[in-house]
Amino acid sequence: MDQYPALPAQKRIPLWRDERVLRIIGQLAFLVLVGLIIAYLARNMLANLDQLGIGLSLDFLDTTAGFDIGEHLITYSRSATFLQAFLVGLLNTLLVSGLGILLATILGIFFGVARLSSNYLIQLLARAYIEFLRNVPLLVLLIFLYTGVFIQFPRVREAITLPGPVLISNRGVAVPWGLPTPAFDSYLLILGFGLLLAVAVGAGLTWYGRRAGRAPIAGLWAVLAFLLVAVVGWVALPQPPLSPDLPVVQGLRISGGKTFSPEFMTLLMGLAIYTSAFIADVVRAGIQSVSKGQVEAARSLGLNGFQVMRLVVFPQAMRVIIPPLTSQYLNLTKNSSLAVAIGYPELFHVSGTVLNQSGRAVEVIFIVMAIYLSISLLTSAFMNWYNRRVRLVER
Amino acid sequence: MAHTTARQGILPPPTERYSVLGWLHKNLFSTWYNSLLSILALLLIYSLARGFLTWLISEAEWEVVRVNLRLLMVGQYPSAETWRIWLCLYLLAGITGLSWGVWVRGRWLLGAALLAAPLLISLAPGVTSTARNQLLGIDLAALLGFAIGRAGGKRLRRIAIILWVLYFPLVLLIVRGLALAESWLPIVTSNLWGGLLLTFLLTIVGISFSFPLGILLALGRRSSLPAVRWVSVSYIEVFRGVPLVTILFMASTMVPLFFPPGTRPDPVLRAMVGITIFTAAYLAENVRGGLQAIPAGQFEAAHALGLNGFQTMTFIILPQALRLVIPVLMGLFIALFKDTSLVATIGLLELLGISRSILAQPQFVGYQHEVLLFITMIYWIFCYFLSYISQRLEKSLGVGER
Repeated sequence: MDQYPALPAQKRIPLWRDERVLRIIGQLAFLVLVGLIIAYLARNMLANLDQLGIGLSLDFLDTTAGFDIGEHLITYSRSATFLQAFLVGLLNTLLVSGLGILLATILGIFFGVARLSSNYLIQLLARAYIEFLRNVPLLVLLIFLYTGVFIQFPRVREAITLPGPVLISNRGVAVPWGLPTPAFDSYLLILGFGLLLAVAVGAGLTWYGRRAGRAPIAGLWAVLAFLLVAVVGWVALPQPPLSPDLPVVQGLRISGGKTFSPEFMTLLMGLAIYTSAFIADVVRAGIQSVSKGQVEAARSLGLNGFQVMRLVVFPQAMRVIIPPLTSQYLNLTKNSSLAVAIGYPELFHVSGTVLNQSGRAVEVIFIVMAIYLSISLLTSAFMNWYNRRVRLVER
Repeated sequence: MAHTTARQGILPPPTERYSVLGWLHKNLFSTWYNSLLSILALLLIYSLARGFLTWLISEAEWEVVRVNLRLLMVGQYPSAETWRIWLCLYLLAGITGLSWGVWVRGRWLLGAALLAAPLLISLAPGVTSTARNQLLGIDLAALLGFAIGRAGGKRLRRIAIILWVLYFPLVLLIVRGLALAESWLPIVTSNLWGGLLLTFLLTIVGISFSFPLGILLALGRRSSLPAVRWVSVSYIEVFRGVPLVTILFMASTMVPLFFPPGTRPDPVLRAMVGITIFTAAYLAENVRGGLQAIPAGQFEAAHALGLNGFQTMTFIILPQALRLVIPVLMGLFIALFKDTSLVATIGLLELLGISRSILAQPQFVGYQHEVLLFITMIYWIFCYFLSYISQRLEKSLGVGER
């Protein structure tokens, strides 16, 4: 080894060819470039705002809003502040997105499974539903539902009455509702106890299943325990916790019950139907991704059809389903902003009004974008956490 | 022929044969509940189809669509300049025909269907005789292109690709006009663009500008330089996390503020900026997926051959990565085409916007079913056609088999 001639003493690499130095210089140059662009835009913006005579500040949030919002989950009046208006909008967004996600998931699973049915006609119907909705813009669907369906229902006087009674008119859909009685608070306590019991039952059964090597349907038993407590509590209390409040037509308006406005119904139905087509495709792909051998192996171990679905196919399909399902949920939440075209007061619609009232374009837009961004990031963080839990550990 | 002789000894698997009754039994009436489902489904299909057809034939009044057809197609684009839009269509048909002649073998049925489409439209009631001749011109241009493509064969491949790349800027130029050629190509300002024309222009601009931007962002996200990576990540996550309407809204109210005082970019340009910014973020994520699918060996081999980073990307990695994501990108472009309808919320008169403004006129109130159904069908046909192409591409590129 020592016969080799000694290497010449290594020369220092000149700075302009040293990759480490070049990398730092390159990044600095890039940051300076980005900074310059932002600075240029910001300077123009400030100059423009100056010309219009408005500066940048968030003080306006505490001033009186001075406009009404048709639907609000928290108390709100025109003398409330802009901040409260934003909050009303945000809650409406969350309400419609939450219900929309629930409905879209149910419909999506239904059509996704129907798409794989061995019955040709059912398969055809599901395919037509999916292919139609996937290739139509959501905004067109919403405007069609609103101008073509929900406000075309008969006037209140001739409202369509479905059993329940559910009254459908051009003012919205009125359903029976419950009014809390004095016993309601104690009933809430009982429900809380039921929830605790359900969690205990679920955890206990899971623990027992692990120990005994069996697979009891923990979720189902937990729900049954909760329902049992709820029913027993309802009967046991001296007075029912809710008194029924039925909608009735009174002259030109509907009194009693709970009325969902046409705007709300349009947005909810539009979002749910549209997203369900995409979820159906996700579900179908997930089920198809489980190889046939898995089903055959499970059958030959003696599991019945339901067990095969619950214990073998479903857990493996979830692995494939969860990531695209997350992005569909996020899409639905973001798409709820299209309510601006039909006038349901969710976050984006309210902020448009706030902008017009306060004239604070830049601040309002940044607030709205920050809120949507937080919703998106929180949802994807939660779904990523869930995804990590259901993911099978690969070999 | 060699491989067929080698396989002569092996018999093909027996093909399953059903009679009509056999098919019905297997697919519709295999068990009692399947039979019940089939009958329910038949009843449902019958009642839906009956209701829809009754409305379509006896109740719907298509007069509103016929009267406003021009508005729906091109908005208020001046009549004297409509020939430019036909020219764009002829060019499109010609280039499509040329590419078909160069690349596609067989598929006569699909080709015939495509050629039949303009013929069928020209037979529709309410089409004027000049429009009919112009529609026939589309077929003529397509056939001409096809003949040239067939005659030229493989030599024309490069030319066809160059024509496609040049086509989109050319369309913008033809539609907008040229200040230098005031006499024969006068400028048509963008407030006159509308209808389906504007929908297409927004889509085309969105695709062409978000493509390079998205690729740069995808490369930036995978860069080893932290500064570049973090700027790209924040851009992508921010614009993917907010709805497109807020970006369009931002573009329409804030972009004017970003320009030097005194200049006012026109609304169509603002919408184009918003759409491009938004689409680029999604495109970057799709391209990143393709980049991640390229095995590390490709990078190492390229380095071993002495290529530098830039050469590795342009000649080795990107061509493979982009090929992988073509079907996904098609899906993105379908979504973009549908999303252009959102510019109606900032007051532009694209297909949906102009429909709403037509429906707001007193004489057309109450025709929302007809007009909205008409534009829904337009959106549906284009989206379905694009997704069909993307499925075929996926098969012919063999993306799924890797």
